[in-house]
Amino acid sequence: MNNLDQIGKKQMDASLAERAIPEFGPGDTLKISAKVVEGTRERIQAFEGVCISRKSSGINSSFTVRKISYGEGVERVFPLYSPRIQSIEVIRRGAVRRAKLYYLRGRTGKAARIAEKTVRTSAS
Amino acid sequence: MRSGVIARKIGMTRVFNEAGEHIPVTVLKMDNVQVVSVRNQERDGYNALQLGAGLAKVKNVTKAMRGHFGKASVLPKRKLAEFRVTEEAMLDVGATLSPEHFIAGQKVDVVGTSQGKGFAGAMKRHNFGGLRASHGVSVSHRSHGSTGQCQDPGKVFKGKKMAGHMGARRVTTQNLEIVSTDVEEGLLLIQGAVPGSKNGWVFVSDAIKMKRPDEAPFPAGLIVAGSDAPVEEIVETAADAAPSEDVADVVAGSKEEGKSDEG
Repeated sequence: MNNLDQIGKKQMDASLAERAIPEFGPGDTLKISAKVVEGTRERIQAFEGVCISRKSSGINSSFTVRKISYGEGVERVFPLYSPRIQSIEVIRRGAVRRAKLYYLRGRTGKAARIAEKTVRTSAS
Repeated sequence: MRSGVIARKIGMTRVFNEAGEHIPVTVLKMDNVQVVSVRNQERDGYNALQLGAGLAKVKNVTKAMRGHFGKASVLPKRKLAEFRVTEEAMLDVGATLSPEHFIAGQKVDVVGTSQGKGFAGAMKRHNFGGLRASHGVSVSHRSHGSTGQCQDPGKVFKGKKMAGHMGARRVTTQNLEIVSTDVEEGLLLIQGAVPGSKNGWVFVSDAIKMKRPDEAPFPAGLIVAGSDAPVEEIVETAADAAPSEDVADVVAGSKEEGKSDEG
């Protein structure tokens, strides 16, 4: 492991000790509680939308969440290990066949729906 | 004026600070940075420290340089550089500099050799605008255009910006901030980019346009000997092998040296 990876790993471990990262992927509906600084005080802001991409690259990992806000598409890219993120909650799992759901950008309403993924349990 | 240090550029990454902001950092590694020789006022007419960094294979070091390193009782170095210092900031030969030479928040100047771009056109090299994409321009869309006037002055002025070799020259970036230091790994984390490619040598010194913080160690942040016992042993063998006149001895010594380095 080189020095760059070590620096990243140290921060990733610190971040994971603060908050666990749930298993999620593109298509899942997420609710992210992010800290925002307004003037001098800090508050928690929730951002709920569909995860349309994930980038896995050590400390540089990030994910993109898309939602429709007042009829306007809004996308936000969150660094996965950012200390500004307080929690990531998976609300709904989506069944998709792409890693990057950029095709959702051209769609709205009914066409932009994602079917829910039904988890098949192998034992029962 | 304190000495600077020699470091090697490892690459860039990011760190998150306490406020949760992300800071792009360049990671520099200080690998066995030692004082190899000193220049003083009486003998040389100026005060400076010659520092060495890295570890060179003995077989790749000339006999003359082996003698030079042997005199300082240090391992052969890959890179040597001189840093001008004031008289009170002089160090002893063999002293090892630590990343704690710099403190977090301090501003530094970084000197490196920029990435070579080869023979570059005027657009890339001097940010010229080039010619138009249409309106009768043919073939020369990226050319520099006119280089001067007419019969008077009848020549192209010296220093006219034209196409030519770009990059691969000494570049200084001033006032970069030290984000943190790591003594165990010998790392310096500097905010922003520094000149040069990965694995390139850079020289880091106190910013000349900023006051050095009082907390910064003076004359230098050193690694105190004692913890590096195995290094001492190798130093002695190198010193023994270096001044030896018998070629066979030197070769044998260098072979042993190479093995012990790899192992």
